[in-house]
Amino acid sequence: MLAVHEFVRLVPGRNAVAAVRAPSHPRRRRPPKYGALALLRHGLSGRPWPRAWADQPLRDSYDVVIIGGGVHGLAAAYYLAVNHGITDVAVLDKGYIGSGGSGRNTAILRSNYLTPEGVRFYDRSMQLYRTLAADLDYNVMFSRRGHLTLAHNDSSLRTMRWRAEVNQMQGIDSEVIDPAEIKRLVPYLDTSAETRYPILGALYHPPGGIIRHDAVVWGYARAAAAQGVHIHSGTEVTGIDTDGGKVRGVRTTKGDIATPVVLNATAGWSTLVAAMAGVRLPIQTFPLQAAVTEPVRPFLHAVVVSGTLHVYVSQTDRGELVFGASVDPFASYSTRGTLEFAEGLATHVIELMPALSKVRLLRQWSGLCDMTPDFSPIMGGTPVEGFYVDVGWGTYGFKAGPVSGEAMARCIADGRAPEIIEAFGLGRFGAGELVGEKGAAAVGH
Amino acid sequence: MILIPCPWCGPRDAGEFHYSGETTPRPDAASATPAQWRDYLYFPANPRGEVTETWYHRMGCRQFFVLQRDTDTNESIPPGRPQ
Repeated sequence: MLAVHEFVRLVPGRNAVAAVRAPSHPRRRRPPKYGALALLRHGLSGRPWPRAWADQPLRDSYDVVIIGGGVHGLAAAYYLAVNHGITDVAVLDKGYIGSGGSGRNTAILRSNYLTPEGVRFYDRSMQLYRTLAADLDYNVMFSRRGHLTLAHNDSSLRTMRWRAEVNQMQGIDSEVIDPAEIKRLVPYLDTSAETRYPILGALYHPPGGIIRHDAVVWGYARAAAAQGVHIHSGTEVTGIDTDGGKVRGVRTTKGDIATPVVLNATAGWSTLVAAMAGVRLPIQTFPLQAAVTEPVRPFLHAVVVSGTLHVYVSQTDRGELVFGASVDPFASYSTRGTLEFAEGLATHVIELMPALSKVRLLRQWSGLCDMTPDFSPIMGGTPVEGFYVDVGWGTYGFKAGPVSGEAMARCIADGRAPEIIEAFGLGRFGAGELVGEKGAAAVGH
Repeated sequence: MILIPCPWCGPRDAGEFHYSGETTPRPDAASATPAQWRDYLYFPANPRGEVTETWYHRMGCRQFFVLQRDTDTNESIPPGRPQ
């Protein structure tokens, strides 16, 4: 059931052609290192691939230090180098790159949010994701599947209509469809009226899809390293030195670094890192669990989300079904999975797709979400000069990786927040100007 | 299964409870400034370690109580009988 366009997507050469038509960054293109010809040559010769980037020694000073080697931190480093020519940058991570939320999310991309600020922002991210494989010369396996948000009651149907209107005003492909159309798109879905929560309609967002999240992290890391950015994994920040309200440096387990600019991109740990600089953030850390089944034959093309049943499901290119749910019911830094999650998830998935009752779960895991009071991120400067934040990404950070990196790079280069993230400043909480994004995933509302 | 020690009912499954968040002193309604209210509403301490929280036993005794919990290990310190 793999459609023709999906095979096309897997050939890197075709991605490169698509990107030449619509380049997001005007720069010289080399022949792709991982193009079809290169893959064939390596496949025949059997030689191992050379390392994609080299480990660098930790210097005692950098122009910019980014804490957090996930998609946000690495994208910011990449765009600092490519868009602004700032290459004296270090990315620090206490674990390995992509070990946090970037490697634990369910890799869903969409831009059908509820507020105009949110829609505009996430749509820019979708634009960047569309040409990312060619921009980074790394196959990130973006698969445009179509995204369905199911409505099981009148109030969610009303919210779907509201979202569709806001989306269409912003030029996003988004509409409300009826159960017959849903059944046509996802034949295995139980759309009968006899279920506990009958499906009344859905918000359909054709450009939505899934991507390989590890490849996005590695692609950004490799492209940033090629520009001269230093990536230091296994390097934990233990302190941030400030003097007279300005950042002076960062202390790490591998040595001290003098720097005038620090970007905090540490998601679930962001309040702990900000506290080192004396900055308080309106964030509470909640675990979010996900699970994956054994691989089965491709049968589910679209991404299906049900807010009422607290579940979202998609099928990867390998055939595994990836499930996500709501954030855990209480704050915690623990990433242990719970039986309650697996039980609740199974109940809800089988309500949606009874045919899945015999499919076995392979594993479950959990990531830390930095939840803000208004389900919107916190981006930009702080009261401490040179200390920037790109945090509060809760359950929606992965899809925003590219645009956040681009915007934060601009923010650091210009010293002030660009227009696209003005609404997301830290000052909005003191001023009582919350954004109120009810289109966010995995939050009960 | 995570157990929450209810001071009235003893240790019970966490699913029976509603988590109300960190327990912080509420500003005086008569004299608090908007900034103080927003600080109280929006800025939790979010520590990695021990924290004082308010929980509600919604499927049991339906009482609110204060709990000491470690957010790293999810271990609770039994509060003992309330005064």
